[in-house]
Amino acid sequence: MPHAKLPRKSTHIDMTAMCDVAFLLLTFFMLATKFKPPEPVVVSTPKSIAETPLPEKDVMLLTVDNKGRIFFAIDNKNMRQNLIESIDSKKALGLTKEEKNAFTVDASEGIPFSMLKSYLASNPEQQKAAEVTAPGIPADTAVLAPTNDLAVWILAARETNPMLRICIKADGKASYPSVQKIIKTLEGYKIFKFNLITDLEPLPPGTAIYEDAHKGDAHK
Amino acid sequence: MAEMDTSSSGGHKKGPGVKKGKKLSTRIDLTPMVDLGFLLITFFMYTTTLARPKTMEINMPYKDPNLKQEDMNKLKASAALTVLLSKNGHIYYYQGIGDDPNKPPELKPTNRKGIRDVIIDKIKTVRDLKNSGALGVKDEATILIKPDTTSTYGDLVGMLDEMTINEVKVYAIVDITDIEQGFIKETEVANGIK
Repeated sequence: MPHAKLPRKSTHIDMTAMCDVAFLLLTFFMLATKFKPPEPVVVSTPKSIAETPLPEKDVMLLTVDNKGRIFFAIDNKNMRQNLIESIDSKKALGLTKEEKNAFTVDASEGIPFSMLKSYLASNPEQQKAAEVTAPGIPADTAVLAPTNDLAVWILAARETNPMLRICIKADGKASYPSVQKIIKTLEGYKIFKFNLITDLEPLPPGTAIYEDAHKGDAHK
Repeated sequence: MAEMDTSSSGGHKKGPGVKKGKKLSTRIDLTPMVDLGFLLITFFMYTTTLARPKTMEINMPYKDPNLKQEDMNKLKASAALTVLLSKNGHIYYYQGIGDDPNKPPELKPTNRKGIRDVIIDKIKTVRDLKNSGALGVKDEATILIKPDTTSTYGDLVGMLDEMTINEVKVYAIVDITDIEQGFIKETEVANGIK
């Protein structure tokens, strides 16, 4: 009896096309990704339901770690150049050109003005080591207090770029008085609007905001 | 799947003594490469979404030492709720603003979970008062947040978040007074909170 022969199909698939797609996407993501800027200290921010993303540019970031140390950072390199010139003339630090250049490439500062010159004069490795033990920028609840270094930083930064948005990134365990110093200093400059960086948390069910967010769902 | 062909030795043999040159296929198995590609894609996708931190916008009340007393809006005590943030996440609250020296406010202890119901209750009470005419149309439930020096930033953000969650329109962060710190101590002793 003749046996009907079924054509045997190979289970092998050509992976080349899939591989092409995968690497195309990979290239896209690699180019589109903007890596996080290096952070002076590890900060675990508290959670909130706020969803507004951080602005892309013109951000002044004030970091507060769990011990209450304050770090100051702005992202734009050109602005950093202007900022250090302004700080130098304001506080008469007598910085050299090399020290100013060192400031433009540095990510963030967490030391009082008295230590700034020697900090900028040291090499990047020493700076990194110094940042671990840095005392943080001194601040005060009174803007015009002579010890309020933070106020000078903020003023100088606002002068170099009036469009700056001020973001506070504080650790959830940071004591309130350390954050209060920043808020009071900002209030002293009549800055009443600023952003707090938080981690995202889902909306708690059964509350007013949850009802609002899901009002549209029922009609669909 | 496409893979390297190494099976040329099996199958039909030409006979003893006949040597056959190995024919190698030019096809390479691309599966591991695809795996790797997608793994990296996944990594980059996750890092990109996580790299944009979320922020909470905050508006502090306008403060000016030159502002005249009569220009300010007087807060009605019946619309106000004062929340005191203390150490270890303890929260104390009282109705009103506690400005009457003859009638010291009655502090009640609660925590992060309990305060939500208190706020919801307050909003309801104010709405009822507005309906009955005891409060004006423009009056809103107002919450005064007073963080003690022992509280943390996390407590404050939690409280501000609670305002957004319950849609409290008027709230303010106010400095705590020594009197209120004294009240907290008394309540701590009375309730055995350490």
